[in-house]
Amino acid sequence: MKVDFNIDIHHLPRVEGHGDIRISVRDGKLADAKWAVVETPRFFEVMVKGLSAERVPFLTSRICGICSISHSLASIRSLERAMQITPPETARVIRLLAMHGETLQSHALHLFFLAAPDFAGTPSVVPLLQSHPEVVEAGLMLKELGNELSIATCGRATHPVSLVLGGVSKAPSKQRLAEIRRMNVERRAMLDRASDFFMTLRIPEFVRETEFISLRDGESYPYIGGNLVSTDGVVRDENDYLLMTNEYTVDFSTSKFTRVSRESSAAGALARFNNNFDQLHPRAKEAAAAFGLQPVCHNPFMNNVAQLVECHHIVASTEAIIDQLLDDDLKDIRTSYKPRAGAATGAVEAPRGVLYHYMETDENGKVVKADCIIPTTQNNANIHHDLHALAEQALAEGKGEKEVEKLCEMLVRSYDPCISCSVH
Amino acid sequence: MNHLGFDTEKLKIGSFDFTCCEGCQLQLANKEATLPEFLALLDIRNFREISSERLDDYDIALVEGSITRSDEVERLKAIRAQAKVLVAYGTCACFGGMNAQKNKFPKEECIRTVYGDKEIDTMQESHKISDFVTVDYSIPGCPVNKEEVERIVVSIATRSPIGLPKYPVCVECKQRLNTCLFDLGEVCLGPISRAGCDAVCPSGKTPCLGCRGPADDINYASFTDLVRDKGLSTEEMREKLAFYNGFTEYLNHEG
Ligand code: SF4
Ligand code: SF4
Ligand code: SF4
Repeated sequence: MKVDFNIDIHHLPRVEGHGDIRISVRDGKLADAKWAVVETPRFFEVMVKGLSAERVPFLTSRICGICSISHSLASIRSLERAMQITPPETARVIRLLAMHGETLQSHALHLFFLAAPDFAGTPSVVPLLQSHPEVVEAGLMLKELGNELSIATCGRATHPVSLVLGGVSKAPSKQRLAEIRRMNVERRAMLDRASDFFMTLRIPEFVRETEFISLRDGESYPYIGGNLVSTDGVVRDENDYLLMTNEYTVDFSTSKFTRVSRESSAAGALARFNNNFDQLHPRAKEAAAAFGLQPVCHNPFMNNVAQLVECHHIVASTEAIIDQLLDDDLKDIRTSYKPRAGAATGAVEAPRGVLYHYMETDENGKVVKADCIIPTTQNNANIHHDLHALAEQALAEGKGEKEVEKLCEMLVRSYDPCISCSVH
Repeated sequence: MNHLGFDTEKLKIGSFDFTCCEGCQLQLANKEATLPEFLALLDIRNFREISSERLDDYDIALVEGSITRSDEVERLKAIRAQAKVLVAYGTCACFGGMNAQKNKFPKEECIRTVYGDKEIDTMQESHKISDFVTVDYSIPGCPVNKEEVERIVVSIATRSPIGLPKYPVCVECKQRLNTCLFDLGEVCLGPISRAGCDAVCPSGKTPCLGCRGPADDINYASFTDLVRDKGLSTEEMREKLAFYNGFTEYLNHEG
């Protein structure tokens, strides 16, 4: 039977920001599939012009309520490189711990609050509080651990207060670090419980080959700085970010699209996993093996699993980072500097993928030019082409309107898009 | 007893976002230890960020974000028409927020810089929501303080009076026994900003940027004197005052 239908999801729920899915099927065949971002732009690249460099991270962190630490650190990294400021080693370690906290918080939010209801067939996490209280509790406790790490290192979980140019303005107390270390040990069991739950979920089978982009420094699982690499073999310097993004506008989206070697590419947990599998903690590798996840995986739904694997990496490596800080006197945390003219890119691995801030300063340390390219911007084109391929596959398998709609929603959500961030 | 027209126990609540980072909404999912209890107070009717259920019979609307595009005005008015109580939720909604930093550039320049020739709808200014609708309560903060939100929501549920601290951030900062940042040579807006955040910024050794707006009865003249007496930069002071758009009326003073 040949069918006609339109799927028009206005403001897709359970994602950050406003995006629409538009699909039309004529005579049983896919006629059109679009990922249309309709978010209002805020113009951060213009706002920072004329602002003192030291104030910029406080402004750019407001690009995103979920990954404000990443935005703050991307700005700090670009401005420090532009003005040739080298932060002390202790500050570098504190910042890394902050990134871990943010990623854990963000992944837990996505996995338990936004994605899990799809797999459980509920509209939100609230019914899961009744049906799977132990799973929701595990999710909440992991999210809280992430937030506690962020609060200890940045003064606050959303919109950091102590991440500053030259280092950090205040070090966490040793007592607090020791408490969080204990919390981290205790909560390993929660993560195992969460993994057991996710193991019972059926991940849709769908593969569309693409290029995965991430940072890589070859020494640790990537979070702050490094080379820009892709699974198609591209390797570029951090300052050459424009060659790794090639941003362009499309008429149906207020967020831009990017491409590298193909029509689209992907950033995020799965991209990091695919490019940096060798740098993962052994416990994270074990978790990946239990899910049958191996590099290079081209199923976008497995991004959820890659996020879970990263949670294992974070929980497993946090204790060693805290021990390093506990051995330190935590005194040398901030370098003073003189404003100067310069230009550089700062790249960090935000929870949703590689995030670039490019900044140019004048001799008074005021920003004269800025450019920010956000992970979701880099995923837009991939989401768009995936939607097309997924809808075609589902129709070929004889799936009806409701099933196609549900799969398409799940697909977009599996990217964990951060839309207001992408329209910064 | 009936207060503000509510007689049910659970508050029917909707959460809506406009131009913003959604960081304030996200605070609703924080403070994990008390979250299940907090959620038990609420009947969430509409909260796109965490639920696909969309029901339009909410009593309380938490409205986050500033208004920067024409279609947002219509959506905001529809929410106002439905809600018995409308709360301006966060600094963007209360003051226009840091989004107002774009106000100093012509909108054509903003569009050209970011989008080139592509047509984009944006207003010249970032507006607070009270520029278009009546606001019943304001909860400032960038982001909002979850404890304050809980207190205010519980106050609505238990029909108790609601208020924000009238005193400035300095009071909370001194309670936390911090070294004053003015003594370290920094300009801090703590003496004139509304408390309620537990002085989180100065406690992290970072100057307050006034995200909660002015406290009641501030002494602006003596604040500017303090900055001058300490030999600090008034240019820096003005950059900070303009940061969240909460001090516009003072910025235009002869300070
Ligand atoms: S007030 Fe701050 S945290 Fe809240 S939405 Fe606006 S920018 Fe985000
Ligand atoms: S640091 Fe700021 S808030 Fe704290 S006492 Fe000094 S001026 Fe007041
Ligand atoms: S210290 Fe100032 S800027 Fe920081 S949260 Fe409080 S009012 Fe806002």
